[in-house]
Amino acid sequence: MGLEPEQRLDNPATENVADDITEMSVTSPNWVTTRLDFLVNWARKNSLWPMPFGTACCAIEYMATAASRFDIARFGMERQSFSPRQADVFICAGRVPFKLAPVLRRIWDQMPQPKWCISMGACASSGGIFDNYSMVQGIDTIMPVDVYVPGCPPRPEGLIYGIRLLQKKIEGETFTDEALREERLVGRDGLFLPPERVDELSEPFGNSVQQTRSA
Amino acid sequence: MTVSALREAFGSAIVRHAVICGDTIVWVSRDRIHDALAWLQATPDQDYNYLTDITAVEYRDTERPLEIVWQLRSLARKVDLRVKVALDKRAPLEVPTCWDLWKGADWLEREVYDMFGVTFTGHPDLRRILMWETYAEGYPLRKDFPLRGHFSRAEQTRQALAANPEANYSLEELSIAEAYHELPKEMRERLRHGERGFLK
Ligand code: SF4
Repeated sequence: MGLEPEQRLDNPATENVADDITEMSVTSPNWVTTRLDFLVNWARKNSLWPMPFGTACCAIEYMATAASRFDIARFGMERQSFSPRQADVFICAGRVPFKLAPVLRRIWDQMPQPKWCISMGACASSGGIFDNYSMVQGIDTIMPVDVYVPGCPPRPEGLIYGIRLLQKKIEGETFTDEALREERLVGRDGLFLPPERVDELSEPFGNSVQQTRSA
Repeated sequence: MTVSALREAFGSAIVRHAVICGDTIVWVSRDRIHDALAWLQATPDQDYNYLTDITAVEYRDTERPLEIVWQLRSLARKVDLRVKVALDKRAPLEVPTCWDLWKGADWLEREVYDMFGVTFTGHPDLRRILMWETYAEGYPLRKDFPLRGHFSRAEQTRQALAANPEANYSLEELSIAEAYHELPKEMRERLRHGERGFLK
């Protein structure tokens, strides 16, 4: 179709057509036409470098996921990054005590953008069975989380599913949206979320409502 | 055998004893506990040379005293002995340290202090070991401590995030000089002389 560039932009119908046909088309051996967003997201999602933060039993399942049988290298996570400076995905595998919270937060802050976070397991996502004085009730009270993987511990398939979901999420991003890459720091009140929100997220739920003997 | 020998050596300071599930338990008065432990360690035919654990028990019945437990073992004789001291909860919770007898008591006593608030007099470095040093909610394993702590979750999270992760360690544990100024004053003072400075 011999459309001028302006016409393409103005005509939403044409845009949809362009979206519907394949994202990337090879027109000659030397040329690839694609949307830049698609290319960037494709590259990002397939070369995620995880920063594994294994704090408890879930880390065992994480290791299983990384080892040869399940092998997250198949999804571009070949390199486990044990330095936050060279990592893209923070994977918190296990429970987080309050004593560890500032460590977690500092590592997250040290990771450069773009970065994502997977909260692996019931404990990291909600405090799990540890609804007590020493445990962070979900790491989303101290840092942003992209994907929650439920389970105690999640099976490697579960984590891989979480990773695939994260990849899907990345596909939908656009690198021109600066809001996505904004650093969400700990605020002046010393909290990452408003206090009411932290209290709300930390409320006991499920069985734990009945079990409490606390004041 | 141990019990009769103990009674002979310490008389009425041995409050009572019991054999429960094959374990010998001896209650000693607080005043003589250090002497009794030293005696158990040094007397050749006792030879309790290994301190397995120190812990404390608080019973749900609030009238009952809090008990400090020393679990001893003689590696050569292959026997165990449990020594207890009952502490009245209305008085300050204090027992003498046995760090001078077994160096391994250092962290065990710190743990009991951290969780139950028992002061081990004479301990070289009695500070919290599991909770961070500035933890202000009390002693978590005491029965009057609510399961979720005294503060709201938001306050707990705020205090946790405000902590300097490096300040949880002494300079001896991790030589991070930057954390020095974040430490409490008396701790800085102590560290300036070296963690175990008084030993020379
Ligand atoms: S979710 Fe279960 S397996 Fe994972 S850290 Fe918590 S207790 Fe352990």
